[in-house]
Amino acid sequence: MDAIARAVGMVADPAVLATILVSSLFGLFVGFIPGLTATMATALLVPFAMKLDPVAAIAAIVAATAMAIFAGDIPGTLLRLPGTPAAAAYVDQAYRLAKAGRAAEVLGVNVVFSAFGGLIGTTVLVLFAPVLADYALSLSSFEFFWLAVLGLSCAVFVVGENAAKGTASLLFGLLLATVGRDYTSGFPRFTLGAPELLDGVPFVPALIGFFALPEIVRTMRDPDTPAAVPLPRNAGIFSGIPRKLMQWPLNLLRSATLGTVVGALPGAGADIAAWTSYALSRRLTRDPAAWQTDSVEGIVDATSANNASLAGAWIPALVFAIPGDTITAIAIAVLYLKNVTPGPSIFLENAHTLYAVFLCFFLANLLMVPLGWTAIRIAVPILKLPRRLLMAPLLLFACLGAYAVENSLFGIGVMLVAGLIGFWMEENGYPVGPTVLGMVMGRLVEEHLMSSLIRVQGDPLRFFERPIAAALAAFTLLVWLLPLVRILRRTWARAG
Amino acid sequence: MPRRMTRRAVLAGTIASVGIIGSARAAWPDRPITLIVPYPAGGGTDMVARTIAPLLERELRATVNVVNRGGGGGIIGHDAIARAQPDGYTIGMITNDLSFYTHLGQSRLTHRDFTKIGQTNEIVGSVTVKHDAPYRRVNDLIEAIRANPGRLRGTGAAPGVNWHVGFLGMMDSLGVDPRSVIWVPAQGGTLGHQDVAAGGSDFSTSSLAEARALLEAQRVRTLCVMADARAEQFPDIPTLKEETGSDWTFSVVHGMAGPRGLPEAILGRLVETLAKVHATEEVQGVLRQRTIRALHRPPAAWEEVLEAQLNSYGRLLKEAGLARG
Repeated sequence: MDAIARAVGMVADPAVLATILVSSLFGLFVGFIPGLTATMATALLVPFAMKLDPVAAIAAIVAATAMAIFAGDIPGTLLRLPGTPAAAAYVDQAYRLAKAGRAAEVLGVNVVFSAFGGLIGTTVLVLFAPVLADYALSLSSFEFFWLAVLGLSCAVFVVGENAAKGTASLLFGLLLATVGRDYTSGFPRFTLGAPELLDGVPFVPALIGFFALPEIVRTMRDPDTPAAVPLPRNAGIFSGIPRKLMQWPLNLLRSATLGTVVGALPGAGADIAAWTSYALSRRLTRDPAAWQTDSVEGIVDATSANNASLAGAWIPALVFAIPGDTITAIAIAVLYLKNVTPGPSIFLENAHTLYAVFLCFFLANLLMVPLGWTAIRIAVPILKLPRRLLMAPLLLFACLGAYAVENSLFGIGVMLVAGLIGFWMEENGYPVGPTVLGMVMGRLVEEHLMSSLIRVQGDPLRFFERPIAAALAAFTLLVWLLPLVRILRRTWARAG
Repeated sequence: MPRRMTRRAVLAGTIASVGIIGSARAAWPDRPITLIVPYPAGGGTDMVARTIAPLLERELRATVNVVNRGGGGGIIGHDAIARAQPDGYTIGMITNDLSFYTHLGQSRLTHRDFTKIGQTNEIVGSVTVKHDAPYRRVNDLIEAIRANPGRLRGTGAAPGVNWHVGFLGMMDSLGVDPRSVIWVPAQGGTLGHQDVAAGGSDFSTSSLAEARALLEAQRVRTLCVMADARAEQFPDIPTLKEETGSDWTFSVVHGMAGPRGLPEAILGRLVETLAKVHATEEVQGVLRQRTIRALHRPPAAWEEVLEAQLNSYGRLLKEAGLARG
């Protein structure tokens, strides 16, 4: 109790509150600019964090990343330019709804469900961190392999109407994921001698290219582009939100929990949380027809999950100094620097600091609602501008984002090439979403497959040896075989 | 094409020399200095750079901008430092990843392409096993490897990358064939230790710094450190030499360097300033906090270490069948 009282005192410090506010604004800005990701927001905060108090330093990272993940939805919805990779899963759907004049509504959903997702994730973090961290620590490459395969299976739900073209797109993404140093031998694959490709095709520039450029090219080519999307009058950002909360409480709970767990797994972050919960939403929805057309259900799920995963990633980070995602990989360094040494003892020795950090998580997610509302208010009128005028600044932002990732022109080149490929794909009915998912998941699947195979010297049976791995494997195979079983049953029924 | 290249090179050379003459006249530094970090922000190298940068600023009375040029396993950033104008306005952090690139056929860059300013720190490798593993000392583990060739699994890095070379050298110095261990690639040292804690591998050779939280959680046990002295944070963990008599040591080494041909006067200022800054409590405290060994080496001594590493790592990688080119 004493620790909690001290924690409240630490957070109530005006300097800490001011830090949260300023870094929230910073996070909103970074998230809004495509290519500047939540990870980069964290990296940019490090020099400042070094000068702050421990609680303020960590609060700054927590607030900035939470805001950035939400803010990534804004350009995604308005311009089809995902502000962060975590917004990529549902950018198509959000943009389509925005073009139908529902931008304010979609963004309202984004901000509110992001905040709730973050709050649920934080609650899980506070209540179960030691238990979940233990669980995350017990996983080896076999379990990660099955989890990655499950993640990849989500592609089934995002390939779109034409399964063949969707699959082709996914395979293209998987092919792109093979570029770079071979995971097991260090041998460069398909790098064309360019050291820039040794770590694989730069993901963020490719992402920007695939989503933003085709839209720019289309707009500029099509003389009949509507001048601007008409905004309905009195489009209240929060109108209808209470009803949606009543309508989808289980979605929120399910996706936030899934997001937290995905976040807690080392190597999987907000983007994978969004993809998986989006796919799961599609699978479990009660109204598949509406889900694909005018419902925001999928967005509800994905946007809750990606914010929840932020809190989840702190679980192994705080308890074992094992990063749950790229953000906490940096945050751990800050923790050490600030004498808040991660480890199980953090709950004893530094309990008050830890509680203060948890309070900051809650505060930041609550603050997201008013700040997000303001940001949406400012951003939505962008749609009133003639679309053609928007394209030049959009291209500029795309270049800026692609450059900023590694401070290199190579990123811009990747962005442009990906954009041209993406344009060609979309003109010919190949969705780009599966390509991006393939890039995200391909590397994970390969990494864990190869490292598992090396471990067991090629004996596939031993993939089922460890109990958790066996359970995951059984579940994966069940998911795969279920459609087959259904088809067989139907044929039998017909024959009989 | 070659002719055009030459012309361009001459042109570049002319511009460069004009630049040097121009800046030599003014007192260095009269504009901001760029400190390139060849790894992403938030990593170990970055942290050292960002700790030192503000102190350099104070001493040199000039702005020092830390710029991260990650990607390509550090090659891109190292390349940017090596190719920069040698005018003292672009310097950077370099690591002993430079001792691997040529051998692995990834780049021609070696430490010889840089003017050394000084080593700043070492991150010491370890031999770490699961907490309840049957090996009490490193010799038990070595014996187990000898007795069961091809059964035990080691991890900590991708093949040919830092901690794997640490492993190769240790085995070499003990006269055990490294191929008698299954090397499981890991994406980074922390995940190597995690894999050991999860029971996926039998031991990891990544750093003590990365094992710290797991050590405190009693999930892993570090049998020895690959250094010539014990870590002050963990005085109970012996060195490899104490345990086995092997002289092998392995650390990831960080330091500051510039492109070849830094003017003497500027280099002198930088060397002196870095040594001074390095001794301050600000730097020492941050490094201690992260279980990083704050070992400073002046340019000549550091150069010697890097040259020796370049040769010995080359031999190890060749023997392991990883060298190309």
